[in-house]
Amino acid sequence: MSEVVDSHGHDDHDHGPDKGLARWLFTTNHKDIGTLYLWFSFAMFLIGGVLALGIRAELFEPGRQFFEPEFFNQLTTNHGLIMVFGAIMPAFVGLANWLVPMMIGAPDMALPRMNNLSFWILPFAFGMIISTLFMEGGGPNFGWTFYAPLSTTYAPPSTTYFIFAVHMMGASSIMGSINIIATILNMRAPGMTLMQMPLFVWTWLITAYLLLAVMPVLAGVVTMMLFDIHFGTSFFNAAGGGDPVMFQHIFWFFGHPEVYIMILPAFGVVSQIIPTFARKPLFGYDSMVYAVASIAFLSFIVWAHHMFTVGLPLAGQLFFMYATMLIAIPTGVKVFNWTATMWKGAMTFETPMLFAIAFVILFTIGGFSGLMLAITPADYQYQETYFVVAHFHYVLVPGAAFSIIAAVYYWLPKWCGRMYDERLGKLHFWLSFIAVNVTFFPQHFSGLAGMPRRIPDYAVQFADFNMMSSIGAFAFGLSQVLFLYIVVQAIRAGKPAPARAWEGAHGLEWTLPSPLPYHTFTHPPKVTAAEMHS
Amino acid sequence: MSVNKPCKGIRRLPFALGALLVLWSGVALADELNMRPGVTTISQSIFELHTIVLWICVVIGIIVFGAMFWSIIHHRKSSGHKPAQFHENTRLEILWTIVPTVILIVMAFPSTKTLVQMYDTSSPDMIVEVRGYQWKWQYKYLDENRNPAFSFFSILSTPIEERHNEVPKGEHYLLEVDEPLRIPVNKKVQFLVTSEDVIHSWWVPDFGLKRDAIPGTMNDIWAIVPTPGVYRGQCTELCGKDHGFMPVVVQAMEQDDFDAWYAERVEAQKERAALESMSFTADELMTQGEAVYTKYCASCHQANGQGVPPVFPALAGSPIATGDRDEHIARVVDGVAGTAMQAFGSQLSKAELAAVVHFERHSWGNNAGDLTQPVDVANVMAGN
Ligand code: HEC
Ligand SMILES: [Cu+2]
Ligand SMILES: [Cu+2]
Repeated sequence: MSEVVDSHGHDDHDHGPDKGLARWLFTTNHKDIGTLYLWFSFAMFLIGGVLALGIRAELFEPGRQFFEPEFFNQLTTNHGLIMVFGAIMPAFVGLANWLVPMMIGAPDMALPRMNNLSFWILPFAFGMIISTLFMEGGGPNFGWTFYAPLSTTYAPPSTTYFIFAVHMMGASSIMGSINIIATILNMRAPGMTLMQMPLFVWTWLITAYLLLAVMPVLAGVVTMMLFDIHFGTSFFNAAGGGDPVMFQHIFWFFGHPEVYIMILPAFGVVSQIIPTFARKPLFGYDSMVYAVASIAFLSFIVWAHHMFTVGLPLAGQLFFMYATMLIAIPTGVKVFNWTATMWKGAMTFETPMLFAIAFVILFTIGGFSGLMLAITPADYQYQETYFVVAHFHYVLVPGAAFSIIAAVYYWLPKWCGRMYDERLGKLHFWLSFIAVNVTFFPQHFSGLAGMPRRIPDYAVQFADFNMMSSIGAFAFGLSQVLFLYIVVQAIRAGKPAPARAWEGAHGLEWTLPSPLPYHTFTHPPKVTAAEMHS
Repeated sequence: MSVNKPCKGIRRLPFALGALLVLWSGVALADELNMRPGVTTISQSIFELHTIVLWICVVIGIIVFGAMFWSIIHHRKSSGHKPAQFHENTRLEILWTIVPTVILIVMAFPSTKTLVQMYDTSSPDMIVEVRGYQWKWQYKYLDENRNPAFSFFSILSTPIEERHNEVPKGEHYLLEVDEPLRIPVNKKVQFLVTSEDVIHSWWVPDFGLKRDAIPGTMNDIWAIVPTPGVYRGQCTELCGKDHGFMPVVVQAMEQDDFDAWYAERVEAQKERAALESMSFTADELMTQGEAVYTKYCASCHQANGQGVPPVFPALAGSPIATGDRDEHIARVVDGVAGTAMQAFGSQLSKAELAAVVHFERHSWGNNAGDLTQPVDVANVMAGN
């Protein structure tokens, strides 16, 4: 590290970025890379969203509307893959890039060149995934969970590209998480203890370890698929002595922690925002940290709750049911803590706070349906129905995605030194809030009434709920165009924002001037207890 | 920044969220919005579990969200509230860790009890093997000695015109089959669930039964159905193109009716065997062949024989369907390992195989100019 700082020269710490395209291609600056990640994930959010609108258009009414079943399966699969791996995960990495160094008083990420590489892999990985849609035989059509043997013996020829793309995404995530861990452990400003770190930094530290633990497992499982498809092995082929259920064990050993990879940083974001607008320190900082750590630990021993219907032995079912129920305890602690933080504060409700409050409530509703799904006998009735679709969309859309939107509104004044239009921000919130519920709430009902997920057509009794969902989905999609407008407008012509953009904000990032210099904290800041509270 | 102005919008938040909560509790109240209690004791215990957890969630939701709304309304800066600075309270934190733990332990007891009952597959009165195929179910009835008595396929019967909105949709659109699984009432019926190709999942909501059909694995589940009637469900594991089009329909019958039907099926099985030694005219083969093709082959190779290349090849003009006849028969009998082309030799009778091969060789412009008889199929099979 010290070499890099030295080579910058001693007299000029404020030299700006390169000009033109070279700035973005060769940048090693955490702010630029954070920006790249965020714009990339927003582009993926729009593409994944268009696929979702394709799904909702097809399901607007019973009967075939626009697409053949074969293409419909490609829509659901690619919607899931792009949203999970292309939108949510890179958005959080983008936030980490922007915020972790500024929150811990570091000049940059620990490994800036690897940082550049881990971003630039992604456009190629997703370019490859999207290109499969135009190949002969079509793109991946086996669901984002790609269960074998549908994804091996019975898969379209493009599956090999899909496997390669997953490897690339995995490499990117692993590099990103190594970088985040190295930065947090080595580069905190002198005097900042672990238990003084902002919660966003804590949640990302734990998330990065989760990523390190499970991305190689994902790489392993797709490699086994590759061997089954091309090299005559039978890992997942029953006729050759393999076992399709083993695929699911390995996939969900990755997949369940993956779920928390997408929500722990969201917990961190919300834990930064609520204290600011309540003007009151976060309630139960220590228990928040322990709760995140226990959720991360439990995430490794609950994977088979995604597999309650495959016919595990009774003892296995009971173990995974009890372990899953336990997750409700630390999750409950977090929700109670957020509520207690608001209690007796002096609250104002700017856009980031609105999204954060909606996060707490709607994520909790997703948590409730999660608890219901944990009850194994009841799960037989919910499994693979729209009830599950409603559940995970509640935790991912008004959950993870709302937290990302909240983070953008909250830190945008710091990032670009300009304020967004508060009235439009509130409008965006209300449109999104109403639309997201119109979209996903009815799906609880269609699921309970017996509608399976991933079907291109459905029995007539599900018609009303599906039409509501479709209308909501289009409204939600359009609202996000407003979001794009608000952000662009703020960057180009927003009113200048003060260094501490929010009255109640604490944390080292707010001690930096606005607009931000290209390099910050080239000299470590003084860490005071007052600044670190929250 | 508008921190000092009271924001009107936020006042609506509690009401919007309150409305949501009412909706959520509506799940528990309104029948048509809720899970079906079903007809078996198992499905009814599941329904009770579902109702208990749902109410626990509603009550916790009311308390937590209630506290949040209270503070949103009363602890706002615009109404002059000064922020307190407390940030911990050990007693409270212990309390809200212990209370949920106790609630979960209480929930675990009835859940465990129901699960143990579901796993008690001992001493069935009758056994049916349920086998998933892309995209149909096969039901194989086993006799007292666990030998197959007879079997048949159960395939979606909704006409394609309804799916393409060319004619009005029927009452049981997509939930109807050509022949349902039939079982007697008040008997413990065991289902052995497995698959021939990819993973499917066999679900009858009214029985509280759902189990994945997995190649290479036999899963066993059971049901005692007390009331006669037709019960409908669907495949619930993504199994490819027509995953949405393989319904599960079960008809529970009074014992006498069931016995009569069962005897009839055993008889029909014998007659089917007699057909194997007959010869047919070209017209007979074409009519019979078209019926078999529509039912068993058209989902992949399409009614017009064009297939969905490159995954499902066209049969119109295919070198196999226009070339050597025995090779064509062999392809249909043995399938192609490692592809979606199944081995139909174990699914169809020799008469049906002969008819469908003849049909394929003389449709969509194919004109092989030969005849395929059951005995030819028998010869190819014997040659294997
Ligand atoms: C689940 C999908 C599916 C169904 C149902 C199906 N097939 Fe096929 N069929 C295939 C596939 C895939 C192939 C190509 C196999 C390969 O790779 O050689 C194929 C190939 C064939 C071929 C060889 C064509 C050629 O030119 O290579 C014939 C003949 C054939 N099927 C007949 C039938 C008949 C008769 C039926 C109904 C009894 C049927 N198929 C049902 C998927 C299916
Ligand atoms: Cu199926
Ligand atoms: Cu299916």
